[in-house]
Amino acid sequence: MKQRQTQILLAIVFLLTVFSVCVVWPSDPDRYLPDAVPWPKAACAGPICIGKGIDLFGAERREMRLGLDLKGGTRLVLEADLSQQPDVNLDEALNTAVDVVERRVNAFGVAESITERVGANRISVQLPGISAEEAIAKIGKTAQLQFMELARDPSGNVILTQPGPNGQLTASFADAIQNQALLEIAKWVPVAATDDNGVRRELTGAYLDRSKLAVQPNVAGLPVLNFGMNSEGAKLLGQATARLSNPSQPMAFFLDNEPIRGTDGQIIAPLVRSQITDQGSISGLTLGDSQTLATLLRTGAFPVPLVVVQQDEVDATLGDEAVVETVEAGLIAILIVMTFMVLYYRLPGALAALALFVYVSLTLAVYKLLPVTITSAGMAAFVLSVGMAVDANILIFERMKEELRLGRSLVGAIDAGFSRAWTSIRDSNAATVIICIILYWFGDQFGASLVKGFALTLFFGVLVSMFSAIVVTKTFLHALIGTPVMRHLWLFGSDVEEARRISAPPIPITARREGAES
Amino acid sequence: MIDFVGKRNWFYVVSLLVLIPGIVSLILPGGLHRGIEFSSGTTFSVRFAEDVSEVELRDALAQLGHDEARIQKTPQGRMLVRTDLIGGATQAPPFGPALPSEREDLETALGQRFGGLLDSDGNPSSRFIEFSSVSSSVSSDIGRNAALAILVASLAILIYITLSFVSVPKPVRYGASAIFALGHDVLLTLGAASILGRIAGFEIDTLFITAMLTIVGFSVHDSIVVFDRVRENVRRAESAGYEVRLADAVNASLNQTLGRSLNTSLTVVLSLVALILLGGDTIRDFLIIMLVGLVSGTYSSIFVASQLLVSWDEGDLPRLLGRFRRQRPHAVESPA
Repeated sequence: MKQRQTQILLAIVFLLTVFSVCVVWPSDPDRYLPDAVPWPKAACAGPICIGKGIDLFGAERREMRLGLDLKGGTRLVLEADLSQQPDVNLDEALNTAVDVVERRVNAFGVAESITERVGANRISVQLPGISAEEAIAKIGKTAQLQFMELARDPSGNVILTQPGPNGQLTASFADAIQNQALLEIAKWVPVAATDDNGVRRELTGAYLDRSKLAVQPNVAGLPVLNFGMNSEGAKLLGQATARLSNPSQPMAFFLDNEPIRGTDGQIIAPLVRSQITDQGSISGLTLGDSQTLATLLRTGAFPVPLVVVQQDEVDATLGDEAVVETVEAGLIAILIVMTFMVLYYRLPGALAALALFVYVSLTLAVYKLLPVTITSAGMAAFVLSVGMAVDANILIFERMKEELRLGRSLVGAIDAGFSRAWTSIRDSNAATVIICIILYWFGDQFGASLVKGFALTLFFGVLVSMFSAIVVTKTFLHALIGTPVMRHLWLFGSDVEEARRISAPPIPITARREGAES
Repeated sequence: MIDFVGKRNWFYVVSLLVLIPGIVSLILPGGLHRGIEFSSGTTFSVRFAEDVSEVELRDALAQLGHDEARIQKTPQGRMLVRTDLIGGATQAPPFGPALPSEREDLETALGQRFGGLLDSDGNPSSRFIEFSSVSSSVSSDIGRNAALAILVASLAILIYITLSFVSVPKPVRYGASAIFALGHDVLLTLGAASILGRIAGFEIDTLFITAMLTIVGFSVHDSIVVFDRVRENVRRAESAGYEVRLADAVNASLNQTLGRSLNTSLTVVLSLVALILLGGDTIRDFLIIMLVGLVSGTYSSIFVASQLLVSWDEGDLPRLLGRFRRQRPHAVESPA
């Protein structure tokens, strides 16, 4: 039963819209909307909340994700400089560099930072709320490699930084080295020794002889990481390992105050088996972990020198201003479009305006839930996609009017309008989707989040616009079939009534022969 | 019914006349002002506690070694400055400890000179509001990728249109005409950007490329709507056993889609104008270029793409090459 189907669709559209509005309603609506109206602030009624985003299945979305141009912050593009070491494996080196950058960025606790490789030889780092100088200083500082041992209390137990599984604050040494969870919360302190001048020194990467680092198979074919110390380091390490090897204790390597971990995520902490002076080896690691550790020990930081080739910094207050301005401008633009539709297309126009409301809330909800990063260009793309959404409606309504003028019944004209307009909507939107894909690729080549944001917003906008123009508007029109409003043809346009009255002939495709005159 | 097809030669003349100023401006030296993303350099925006004129700031920057600086003042009192690459930021590989950068020197010097810096809310600050710098290794890549993106987009669209028009005779012509119209829009927009560059310092950046590609999308969008109608009319006439001249089919299609073309354009133009007038100024240039391109896109779908399709079918070009023979074999349809 067609009517039944319409009712179900109508209910689905209604629920989707309510859901979307709840999801996207801003926590502080007065920022964007006229103050005269007491807009509902963030509130909950039972399970339904507005203004608080959503928390579904652990996917929490409190706010729109904003790009750096709106939120303020810094974007750096770093390029690998291969002039000093042309034979390095660029791909591997960059992946390691990304790890190092990420490690440092996380170390200074920036929320929502993004580190990614772009193009062939660059890394893009986005740091919200941080100035360019601060960012470069922190990312670029020479990493500190430290040799660490477990902190022990006077009775020899391992000190924990937080209560263990049984609430204990220490663990026996035997337990600690068996249990990765305990190693995680154990307190690590720098390995230190006294130098010739009687000064207590911590062992750092500075004492490593980097030329002697190598991963080789041992007699059993298992990987062994060989390392060497410089002369000063040999003395210090000799002292320290004499102590740490009796009994065997673990030694970890910390980079930027974070332990170096294996691919399994566990702290690499080999036991010291014997005294080590100028030459030592670490066995028992996987081949991959041995190589990672070797790389990190060798470079201390970046496997290749990185040069800042591009930087963008935006002050947060500026972005904030732009958000409010653009949202308000966008709202006005949408209102103008709605008004135009109602004035020009009357009843269908009013339904299209309603469908536009559905479109706007659905699209914004999609942006928020995926989430799509919103940039200033992205907001413009969204307003443009509103134009696209309306275009589909205009195509359909113009076609509907034509069918009405041809003398079709209302219901027939509605269905014909939709089915005839479909091919042009499909083809034209497909062209836009192609453009979006290419734009995304273009932006991705050099990490231009502004361009990517534009492409993504337009892409999802076009997809949802097809749904809203075709399914939503059609459902609305179908829902009105059989109701008294449908008896008034003028509601579908004055010229329609006129055309019917004088029963104008349809626009002809005249058959012409060669040379025919008219 | 309006006779669009019969006046097609006039439309070509109009298009040429509109295109010529832009083309001339593009060809003359300094055709396009390339932004930092395409030519490398630095832009920053800054606000001072004192009211500073563009001339005063230019003098101050010249004293600090940047006599190449170009300055623009926004209505909100922010100064937008474009200079050559500001040193410090990209030097010293492997980029070592914090850079005592030229940027910081500039911030300090300008702040002292003009009573301190402000953030965009007007609170005292020690930093520029925005700062971007791009070195030449990136800018050359961006330029190449932009050209590639537009090329690939055009090709992809040609293929798509050809495929979706296989059911009518000579489908490649539809794609090619749409691409030609798209070229018209791109050229017109580039020309407008060039002229704007000369009179208002407009610069080409990645956002401009984005606008360009969007214009490409909309231009094709418009052309496809008309072509779709032509496809339908041709098919229907054929299945009804009529022999239909493409010129008539195109003209009827143009008339049938005219309402849609104008209304869609109007809604998009209205939204863009609202954004331009009320939105922030960071993307205003982008929106203005978009507006030019979209209007051109609507124009070209009616007056270029469709007309080319007809010209091709009617053999206008060979006729033109045949030195304007006065006697035309077909009478062009006059208004009904």
